Amino acid sequence: MDLTTVEGLTSALEAGNRRALARVISHIENNTELAMPLLAALYPKSGRAHIIGVTGAPGTGKSTLVNQLAGAYRRRDMTVGVIAIDPTSPFSGGALLGDRVRMRDLAGDPGVFIRSMATRGSLGGLAQATDDVIMALDAAGFDRIIIETVGVGQSEVEIASAAYTTVVVEAPGLGDEVQAIKAGILEIADIFAVNKADREGVDRTVMALKMMLNLGAPEKFQVMHHGRMLPVNLPEPEKLPRGWTPPVLKTVAISGEGAEALMEAIENHRLYLEQSGGRILRDRLRAATELRVILRDYLLEELLARTDPGELEILVEAVARREVDPYTAVRQLVHKTAD
Amino acid sequence: MDRKVRVLVAKPGLDGHDRGAKIIARALRDSGYEVIYTGIRQTPDMIAEAALQEDVDVVGLSILSGAHMALVPRVMEKLKELGMGDVVVLVGGIIPDEDVQTLLDMGVAGVFGPGTLTSEIVETIEKALGRQLA
Repeated sequence: MDLTTVEGLTSALEAGNRRALARVISHIENNTELAMPLLAALYPKSGRAHIIGVTGAPGTGKSTLVNQLAGAYRRRDMTVGVIAIDPTSPFSGGALLGDRVRMRDLAGDPGVFIRSMATRGSLGGLAQATDDVIMALDAAGFDRIIIETVGVGQSEVEIASAAYTTVVVEAPGLGDEVQAIKAGILEIADIFAVNKADREGVDRTVMALKMMLNLGAPEKFQVMHHGRMLPVNLPEPEKLPRGWTPPVLKTVAISGEGAEALMEAIENHRLYLEQSGGRILRDRLRAATELRVILRDYLLEELLARTDPGELEILVEAVARREVDPYTAVRQLVHKTAD
Repeated sequence: MDRKVRVLVAKPGLDGHDRGAKIIARALRDSGYEVIYTGIRQTPDMIAEAALQEDVDVVGLSILSGAHMALVPRVMEKLKELGMGDVVVLVGGIIPDEDVQTLLDMGVAGVFGPGTLTSEIVETIEKALGRQLA
């Protein structure tokens, strides 16, 4: 078995070789020369897994809940891939990835694969390569893929475009409900888990969430992707399936209480998406967003590669001296290079 | 290419004193590494499997219990079994002088006692990985 070639890696990955899967993820994350051919080879084999996002403020118990949720799936004999994301330090470029500490119950289970990822500069709550790593786990045949985002605050909602089912984790006593309204986090939730439900104030939090939901969820469109704002034309948005009201569940992640119910709610949502055609819509939305991002990056790279660095420097100078505005400068640059 | 060195910091064995391991994890993060911290009471099997899934370049073992002569070889054996024999293994903690050479002979790249400077650990990692220090 040759784990240094695209063919060797893909066939070993498909055969269930965990080392191959780990190597493939590294190639993708580090964007090596093998990354692109690997993605091309694996893409047709993906698309089977149900992708679950777990997000929420720091300290709400996301990792512990993921640990329990994966356990619940394992009891149903389903295999689970977990991607746990933590922030990269903007100062050193390093990262401390500590989510495995709370997932030790899953250690040694061959039906579970956990990979920690650092955001590497991405700001939307996910890492830059998250979509592609999901794809690799999907191609490796995991039934369910759970993504745990960094502890989100107010605008890191891009998990909603990466996952089919988004679970927002809240906990009692974490600031007032206005925070949740500001955050845009109400809109991305398919399911709410009010964790630490053994604590005081849990009923108030549940009630507040339910009241907010009754005001009616606005039409969804996700325009954030890996920290970038993108205009996305929804394919006929009026056809977006309605009729799903996010359930609000109580969980106690440390004891495992509520984990079964959470899993069942996720499975209900999966069925709902399949029956309502919502999954197809989400797939198209995902494809549209992904294409735009890749196109943008690719064009930028190509353009910069064809631009004389000296010329760019002259333009930067000119803009800095206010001799030309940046918009005109960009237009000049693009048209000159494109000709 | 955006190559980042990934380091697994683990505490095998039964002692629960992980302050040292956490300080090292933090210091390595501040040196620009991606550090995967796995917590206390890890078995050699758990450590090797985590190293495989995370595809790390370095495994750092923190051992204060005195069981290093039993634990380190088992971790290294397990790593080899999983095809991760080329991973750089470091040991930190309370290690008697007479054991240090034995550990190095086993293939451990560095043994670090209390008071070690982070720069020393970073230097050992970079050297073992054959990288040029910036």
